Amino acid sequence: MSLFGRKKSPAAQTKKSNIPDGLWIKCKGCNDTLYTKKLDENGKVCPKCGFHYPLRAFERIDITVDKGTFEEINAGLRSIDSLDFFDSKKYEHRIKQAEEKTKMKEAVITGTAQIEKIKIALGVMDFSFMGGSMGSVVGEKITRLIEFAADEDLPVVIFSTSGGARMQESTLSLMQMAKTSAALARLSEKGLFYISVLADPTTGGTTASFASLGDIIIAEPGALIGFAGPRVIKQTIQQELPSGFQRSEFLLEHGLIDIIVKREDLRKTIASILKFAVK
Amino acid sequence: MNGGGLDFEKPILELERKISDLRKFSAEEKIDVSEEIKSLQNKLKKIKDEVFCGLSASQRVQIARHPKRPYFMDYADRIFSFFLELHGDRRFSDDKALIGGLAEIDSVKIMAIGHQKGRDTKENLLRNFGCAHPEGYRKALRLMKIAEKMKIPVVSFIDTPGAYPGIGAEERGQAEAIAVNLREMSLVQVPIICVIIGEGGSGGALGIGIGDKILILQNAYYSVISPEGCAAILWKDRAKAKVAAEALRLTAGDLIKIGIVDEIVAEPSGGAHRDAGEAADNLKKALVKNLKELQKIPVSTLVRNRYNKFRKMGAYEGEENGSKNKKSKNQ
Repeated sequence: MSLFGRKKSPAAQTKKSNIPDGLWIKCKGCNDTLYTKKLDENGKVCPKCGFHYPLRAFERIDITVDKGTFEEINAGLRSIDSLDFFDSKKYEHRIKQAEEKTKMKEAVITGTAQIEKIKIALGVMDFSFMGGSMGSVVGEKITRLIEFAADEDLPVVIFSTSGGARMQESTLSLMQMAKTSAALARLSEKGLFYISVLADPTTGGTTASFASLGDIIIAEPGALIGFAGPRVIKQTIQQELPSGFQRSEFLLEHGLIDIIVKREDLRKTIASILKFAVK
Repeated sequence: MNGGGLDFEKPILELERKISDLRKFSAEEKIDVSEEIKSLQNKLKKIKDEVFCGLSASQRVQIARHPKRPYFMDYADRIFSFFLELHGDRRFSDDKALIGGLAEIDSVKIMAIGHQKGRDTKENLLRNFGCAHPEGYRKALRLMKIAEKMKIPVVSFIDTPGAYPGIGAEERGQAEAIAVNLREMSLVQVPIICVIIGEGGSGGALGIGIGDKILILQNAYYSVISPEGCAAILWKDRAKAKVAAEALRLTAGDLIKIGIVDEIVAEPSGGAHRDAGEAADNLKKALVKNLKELQKIPVSTLVRNRYNKFRKMGAYEGEENGSKNKKSKNQ
């Protein structure tokens, strides 16, 4: 049996997980030794302590939507290095590396799918592609998805996991925050519903745009969610940060998210919300 | 930095001191040195032009952060014939780093909002170095909604190193406050002009940066991250900030090429801090001209154009812009 007892798509089977190779790993949550196969079978959640490991986009789609209902849109969009950006490597080279590593063209996959037979517009980010950073393509795909949903009268569900705006595209990345947020304004004007699901980690420009604009915001347990990264905050204020700072539970306590849902319950919870939103 | 002067400004400052000494000498000794002064002034102009034409990106960042650079209220004093500051977000507090109020410019009534930095340590503590908290962004949006009711344009003055990264800011939803502004500003039913007058620091700048016209002062910058932050992450070395500043394409000249800003407002020779009056005059002219133009456009067109303006931003390949939402079976 695979993730939550649902059969894996061929795509998911070929994708490599973020969990180090090898049969056994030491759990980041409880330090216990974990059999990786057991972890995979449990949706990449530690069966002992419940630590949620990152999911690849296709794995996420697989455990979320009705089997075989996902149809990708705008799959062909690819980043270009329009600013001729290079640090230790050229941006173009980094894109190629990310493509090879992840077998994806960008840090988000978008399309349509059904969850318990309710049709949705779905976006799923993947942290393994350049830290899930938002450049022009991520912004464009998210915006097109929202516009598509507005045209087709569909609710939107977006799973975010991202380090923020992609530095290599500078202000072009920054403007994706404006673009995606403006598209959501139009979706709202049409009375359409948007569920934002936040996975570990979601920070920076992604949090400061579409990820924080869900009508309902769901987070996985223990996810780091914030505007600034903890390291930057610590450097700025020169103080130790309180324990649990910027984790899902902290955000819930401060009224910033609606609900924390364990991975195994996410599909069911999203479906139950959608049943209220879609008549 | 010495006495507020930047390294590359040294030859200019030296020459200026010489001229002033010569003037003093001439007045005291009653000797005519007008020829010498004239020649020195010509030389000064030449040096200024040389230095400021060839400025690197990181030098422009230095000018944008110059401790004597005019801030929002320095422009307000010179540009507005009326200003009434309005306070508070009605939820938590009044953010002194992001302020605003009713203003009049060339007899046009506007809502002015902007980041405000401090001139000295005491004032900087009050202004939090121009780094706003969520309540600043929420106040700004509240004021924009008032502008909508009054049917007066909004002008935002951007000058921040970034939105504040602190515990309280996170607790009160810094990300949400900025995100909501991005969404709501795209719908505001009055003209919006944004002008980057100094530092355009990432999301903190963009949080009041959605408008129909984006202006930038000649030596201001706008970037997704500070050059120092970028260097620390990508080069693992903050000292590489100079290289990062170039790579980020953050200068006014770069930004107009990329299509992020619409218009560059000229600064006096040597930078806005050399002559705040002239800088303010230039800014006022640009604002008045753009306000007049935008007020002619019907609101529905204005808001549609605003959407399309940001909608177009980005560079990618693959499917054509026109063939939107092409489906391809994936599973």
